[in-house]
Order: sequence, then C-alpha cells, then structure tokens
Amino acid sequence: MIALSSNLLYTAFFLYLISTFLFGGAIRDRRKQYEKPNKWAAIAISVTMLGFVTHLGYFITRWLASGHAPVSNMFEFVTAFSMMFVLGFIILYFLYKVSILGLFTLPITLLMISYGSLFPTDVSPLIPALQSDWLAIHVTTTALGSAILASSFIAGIIYLLRSVDQTKQSKKTFWLEVIMYMIMTILAFVVFTSIYRGLDYEVVYNWIDKNDQEAEMTYHLPSLVGPNQGELLTKGKMDAFVEVPAIIDAGKLNTVIWSAIAALLLYGGLRLLLRKRISAALQPLTKNIKLDMVDEIGYRSVAIGFPIFTLGALVFAMIWAQIAWTRYWGWDPKEVWALITWLFYAAYLHLRLSKGWSGERSAWLGVIGFGIIIFNLVFVNLIIAGLHSYA
Amino acid sequence: MERVKCDCGHVNPHGTILCESCGKHMSGNFSEKSVDMRYEGSARRSQTYNKTPLDKVWNFFSSVKVGIWIIVLILIASAIGTIFPQQMYIPSNVAHEQFYRDQYGFFGQVFYQLGFNNLYGSWWYFLLLAALGISLVTASLDRVIPLYRALKNQGITRRESFMRRQRLFGESRVKEDLDEQIVSVISKLKKRRYCVREENGNFLAEKNRFSRWGPYVNHVGLIIFLIGGMLRFIPGMYVDEMLWIRDGETSVIPGTNGKYYIRSDKFMMETYQKDQENQVFANTLSRVGDGNMVKNYQTNVTLYERKGESILGETPELVKVKDEQIKVNQPLFHDSYAVYQVSYKLNELNKMAFRLVDKETEESFGQIKIDLLNPEKEYDLGKGYKVEILEYFPNFYFDRQGQPATQSQVPDNPAFVFNMISPEHPDGERSFVAIQRTMELSEDNQLNMKFENAEMKNVSALTVRKDNTLWFLGLGGAIFMIGVIQGMYWNHRRIWIRRSNDALLIAGHTNKNWYGIGNEINHILKATGLQELTDQTNQDKRN
Repeated sequence: MIALSSNLLYTAFFLYLISTFLFGGAIRDRRKQYEKPNKWAAIAISVTMLGFVTHLGYFITRWLASGHAPVSNMFEFVTAFSMMFVLGFIILYFLYKVSILGLFTLPITLLMISYGSLFPTDVSPLIPALQSDWLAIHVTTTALGSAILASSFIAGIIYLLRSVDQTKQSKKTFWLEVIMYMIMTILAFVVFTSIYRGLDYEVVYNWIDKNDQEAEMTYHLPSLVGPNQGELLTKGKMDAFVEVPAIIDAGKLNTVIWSAIAALLLYGGLRLLLRKRISAALQPLTKNIKLDMVDEIGYRSVAIGFPIFTLGALVFAMIWAQIAWTRYWGWDPKEVWALITWLFYAAYLHLRLSKGWSGERSAWLGVIGFGIIIFNLVFVNLIIAGLHSYA
Repeated sequence: MERVKCDCGHVNPHGTILCESCGKHMSGNFSEKSVDMRYEGSARRSQTYNKTPLDKVWNFFSSVKVGIWIIVLILIASAIGTIFPQQMYIPSNVAHEQFYRDQYGFFGQVFYQLGFNNLYGSWWYFLLLAALGISLVTASLDRVIPLYRALKNQGITRRESFMRRQRLFGESRVKEDLDEQIVSVISKLKKRRYCVREENGNFLAEKNRFSRWGPYVNHVGLIIFLIGGMLRFIPGMYVDEMLWIRDGETSVIPGTNGKYYIRSDKFMMETYQKDQENQVFANTLSRVGDGNMVKNYQTNVTLYERKGESILGETPELVKVKDEQIKVNQPLFHDSYAVYQVSYKLNELNKMAFRLVDKETEESFGQIKIDLLNPEKEYDLGKGYKVEILEYFPNFYFDRQGQPATQSQVPDNPAFVFNMISPEHPDGERSFVAIQRTMELSEDNQLNMKFENAEMKNVSALTVRKDNTLWFLGLGGAIFMIGVIQGMYWNHRRIWIRRSNDALLIAGHTNKNWYGIGNEINHILKATGLQELTDQTNQDKRN
C-alpha cells in the first residue's frame, strides 16, 4: 500500500510537469484566448485534474496504510498543502478559465513537492499529542485555507509581471527580481541537497555548544562555515573558512549560504543568457491577460481562502489546543504566526474594500502574504522552537 | 436633528451625500465622473460632525485607516515576540535575565531589557488589543446604521445623473419591441434569483443584500470574543491548577474547593515497539531508535466526590463518581472541570529500608522502612534497640553556609540524621546518612544504618482546568465565522433599469466582484439584444 502510495505521488509529480508544458502551449496559442479555452488548455487542465486525482490517491492510500491522516510531519504536510494548492487552482480555473494561472501554479507545486521530499518520507506513528481526530480536521482545513490564500500570490505575480514597466529600472522591477531570486533559492536548495544526498556526502564536526558541552554536528553539504571551536573529524573533506558563535546553528546557516550562492549562479547565468531581467523575459507570457480579471482572481482567492483559513488555523486550532494542551491559546510561535497571517489578510481585505487598494498594490500584498505563509510553514517549524516542531 | 429634503420628496438625515431614495447628489457637486457609492453616500457621523472632543475621538476610531494601523501594529508586535521564546516557555530553574543572555547573546539581552520576554502580557500589547476593540465598535456603528437606513429607504427610480455615474452603465436606443425585451430581461434576472421591484415602468433588481451585513456581524463576533478573553479575570470563571499525584495516592483536586478528590491507581508511559506495531512504521522506528518514541501517557484514576461539609482535621467521606483513564487528548471531564495529563516523573523515591547493624560484626538488630513522604519520628526495634530520626532532608544539599538543607519537599535526594539507641548506648549514637554516603556525628559508633533497598513510584502531573468563558468565546467565534462567510461568499448586486425618453438606461452596482456582475448582466443583455454594460473605470484608465 505504501509503495502504491509513493508511486501515485510520483505519477502526480510527472503529470503536473507535463501539464506545465501544456499550459505553456496554451499561452502560445494566441487564437481566441478569451472566447473559449483552446485545445491546449483543455488538455492541460485535464492532465492537471488527472494529476490531482493521483495526488489525492496518494493521500488516501497513505491514510489507509498508516491509519491516520497523512499530515503529521513536514513531508506529509507539504504534499497535502501542494495538493490543496492544485485544488485551489482547478477551482479558480473553472471560475475564470485563465490558462496562465496553471503555468505559474504548477511549477510552484512541483517545487513544493520536491522540497517536502527532502524531509523523512517514512510513515511514522503518532506521538500522544497528535492522537486525535482533530489532527485531520485542523490540519487539512488549515492547509486548504492557506493554499487558497497562496493562490493570490500566483495572481499577484502574473499581475505584476504584466503591469510593471520593464523598459526602465525601478523599485518595482528590483523587487520583482528579488521574488524571482527567492524562488530560485528554493530551487537551488532542492537540487543541491538532492545531489549531495545522492552522493552520500557527510562531514562530521566536533564542536562546543552554547552550554559549553561537546557535541557532534553532521553536515550534508561541504562546510563553508564551521561550528563554534569546530574540529573536523571526517578526513579528506574541505574544512570551513570561518567559524560562527555557538548561538547560531552553523549547519543550517551553511545550507542557507550554499543555496544563496547556487541561486546567485543560476540567476546570474540566466541573466547573461537572456540579456534582460528574468521578469522582463517572463512578461511576454502575460501579454494577453486582462489585468482586472487577474486582479479579481487574486482578490477572490483571498475572499474564499480567508474564512477557511480562520476556521482551520484559528477556530479548529483553538478547540484542539483546549483538548490537548489544556488551553485554547498559549502564544506558541506557530499560533502567533497563524494570528499574524490572519491579521495580514484582514488588513488586505480592509485596504481593498475601504481604501480602494486594488490592482498593483493588492498584487504586492498577495505576494507578501504568501511570504508570511511560507515563513510560518518553513521557518517557524525549523528555526523557532515550539510545540509545533514535529518535523 | 437637522433634516434635508430632496426634490424627490424624500427627507434625508443631515450629512447625506446621495439622496437615499433617488440618488441625487445633495451637495450639488456634479463634477465627478462617477459617484462614490461607498456606504451608499449615506450620512455617517464621522463625516458630518467634527467639533466636540467626543466627535474627534469618534472620528479617530471610526476611521478604517486607523483600524488598519492598529492591525499592523499588533501584527508587528506579535512577530517580535516570536524572535526568542516567551518566558513561559523557558526553563523555570534559571533567572530570566541570565537565560536570555546565555542562550541568545546580546540580542537576547536587549530582548529581555525591552520586556519582550513577556510581550503578550505587557500593558501596551493589551492597550493595542483594547484599541482594536474600540475601533471595531465605532467603525461598525458609524457605518452600519446609516447604511441600513439608506438601503431600507432606497428608491426604485433613480436619477439619470446617478445612473450615468455608476461604474457599470449601458444605454440602449428604444426599439419597438422594448417591452418584450424588458420582460425577457426581468424574467432572466428573476431566474438568477434577483428580487425585482417596479415603479412607473422603472425597475430595481437586487440580490444578496444580507451580505452587506457580513462585516458588521463578524465584528460583533470579534467583540464578543475579545470580551470573552477578559472574562476569565472574573472570580469563579476560571481555574488553572496543577496537581502532582503519586501512584496509589488520593488527593483533593485543587481549585474545586475541596469538593472533588482523585486517586491515581497508576501512571504509565508506553513506547512504540517495532515488533508490535504495524509494519509500515518499521523504518521510522529504526531511525529514531526502537522504543524511543512515546506511544501513550496515561493515568488511571478514580474520581470521588466529598459527601457532606468538609470539617478541618477530619477525614472526608468520599463517594466514588467514576473510574477513568486520563490520556493526552482525552482529559477527564466532570462538572465543568477538566483534568489533563500534562507531565510525569518516573521512579520517584518513595520508601527506603535500612538495617541497624553492628559495624564490626554485621550483626543485625532489625530493619526499618521509612516512608519518605511521611517519615515517623522513631522506630522501635525491640530489645532496647530504637532508631530516631532527628532530622530529615527530602532533597538534600549544602546551603551557602555549608549547612545541610533541603531544596524542596520532594524526596529526590533524601538524607537523614539518625539517632541509634541500643542497650549499650541509651543516649544513642548519631549518624548522618545520605545516598552513597554516611558520616558519623558521634565518636566511635558501634552501630550503623545500612541501606537495604528503596521503593519507587511513578508520579503523574495533572492540570485541573475550569473555563466558563469557553461558551462565550465559542459564541463569538461562531458569530464571526457566520459574518465572514456571509460577507465573503456572497455579494450584494443591484441593477437599475430606467426609461428615459427614447433611451433605456441600465446601471449595475456590486460591493465586490465587478467582473462577476458584469458577466452576469451582459450575458442576459446579449441574449435580449440590448446594449451591454461597460465598466467605466476601465474606460477612464484607457483614456
């Protein structure tokens, strides 16, 4: 059953990959863009839906095999989140019939699945705190809500690519490039980590931690920065150039630096190849879209996602916290960041409805909102310790 | 209050921008290309009065701009609080200041100095939340009352000037089959669940007006929730106590005023064993180490209720209520109290046995068993042998003066001063005995207390909680969810149709999703051969 489940996930991955190209084809086909979706688009959305069905198949079979909702660790959450992300896209596609959404949603989905796959993928039994029906209820609702909110990021990016003037350099073009670079950093992280994992690369350090205790630290990438008073134990491997104080996690910092450097090379290479900004190179893809429609898609996803997010990440979360942790609210970092996400989208809605922030400003907000969701998903789990650090 | 009468005959409150009935611009300012339809151009208090201090306060808090600023400030403050752990999550055995300095260096020190270690309990964070509450109330009242009036009094026939300035507008030349066309449009609108009203051949089609109340409903929910959060400070509403209970022990449940007692039969902790679990978990269990992952924390308890009044010094008469297994995620619920499994301590020392022996010959004069939680003063071994406990330190250490002392009443490191009385030494010989160490306090002792064995017991930590504010919070949350769904998943759409000489004017308005309403109307108009509506804001942009 587990083997079947993993195979279904692989299948979904490849189907999404194929539909990315199909959506690319749908954009290239300039005939009758808005009258009717063209043949390419029809095939592309069908393949996407097939991908979604296999993705759902992965989810269900894994649930059956393990006996609990597969949302109990980082890998499982990210794959569930990406599944909801695709679901959100399919809904939006049928509401607005815009092919370009797929061209941007699916690569991000692929990136998310590969990112999640870097974490342990084994089926794991539940620790006592997670043994509750609320695991399935709270986590899936939260994932669905965040995924729909995240769709406004896709709409925002498309809006900005279309509307920002690329003929001259400005703050806007700069920040768009920053977004492109960030996406490449994640790509670089995934590719780099996978390669070195394939090579079974390992460097072990003996170091002194912040409590003055000796400890060992294992690197899975060549070490650029070493731990406090680190002593290289593995022979024949590159030693670090600098040492960081004990309060900083040298291993994580090292990974971040590698990803940043690799992304810089990737970005620089692409810039040299294209001889223009990445966002300028992507701009032609967005030539045929209607700005007001994309703006509304972004807003619509927030309008649909906000109540679901509130229900999952705050209401259900509080009910479960009352049962499992004795109190509905305890200022745990993950709780606080769910509140921050909620406050952010509440501000978004007020700015839009009462202050008339639509169009470009709304698009930027959609991008920032996605940043907050990803921050909560990745950094709060991995960097800030708290009750939610299960992964 | 002052009133303003429009030429259509409708009387509007002072400060009205657009006549509630016909939509005429009351200030006579016609230069704008489009009418500002926000809140229907009704008379909002904040836009009308600005003289007294009350007006100023009202206007400040009713501003959405101010509200957004408050939201953003709460957002930033909340984020800052997560940089380092809050003080409730740090170990309790170190000084706060020292902890932040040692663990997080300079920035940790700054964090502590600024009081961010208890940010969410600070007075200024509370003030921000209070400001949000005030803003919610004033901003809602400032808008909902005039909006309700305006929508209730809205007329069916609207002025041409009003219609032409709507964002969605279209004008068709009157043809012979106009009446048929109108009938067809109206029936199609009705099919799409519009409620259509007629007046002198003019029409108003409207649907989902209730969604306009969504924001106010959800704000009411939030207010109830915020108030609910403060209710716990009312005495009797909230209990949060902790109870450490040993296996076999019966204890009063703190916070219940002596009404309930609980007996722990047994605390247990189970771990996942590879060969007993589903095969699919094998990989994970090998990775984390077999037997390293906890499967269950559980305390088997019996709940008792006290019968009659409690009299000091008397053993209460207890009536059994029920047996239950308290687990994580499965608290014991009874009479608005909940008892949770929160922590544990395995193998706490409970009893220690010593044998009184002759130091030289190892001859035994009897054994004593000391209950570490409740030791006796003396133990008579017969034949003139007796052991007295002169001093007892449950958790022994040397204090600053180098004197033996105890850190707590928990027997983690027990130590005793024994007085061993024998026929040879009727005054007794003194000896200090701690774990792994014996010190003779009198000279040349003949007797010795020899450690025999120890009994351990598991201790379970239970949290006792009563929270009568939960109903209130649940109500607030439910109202919020209803309001937010009402406001977000529907939108208020109106279409005005008016005959004017040789033209038919159609205008549309929605509070959101303009793309959707445009499609809906134009789909109908196209089918009937009428001029489709255009979005005039888009035209402006293009011009």
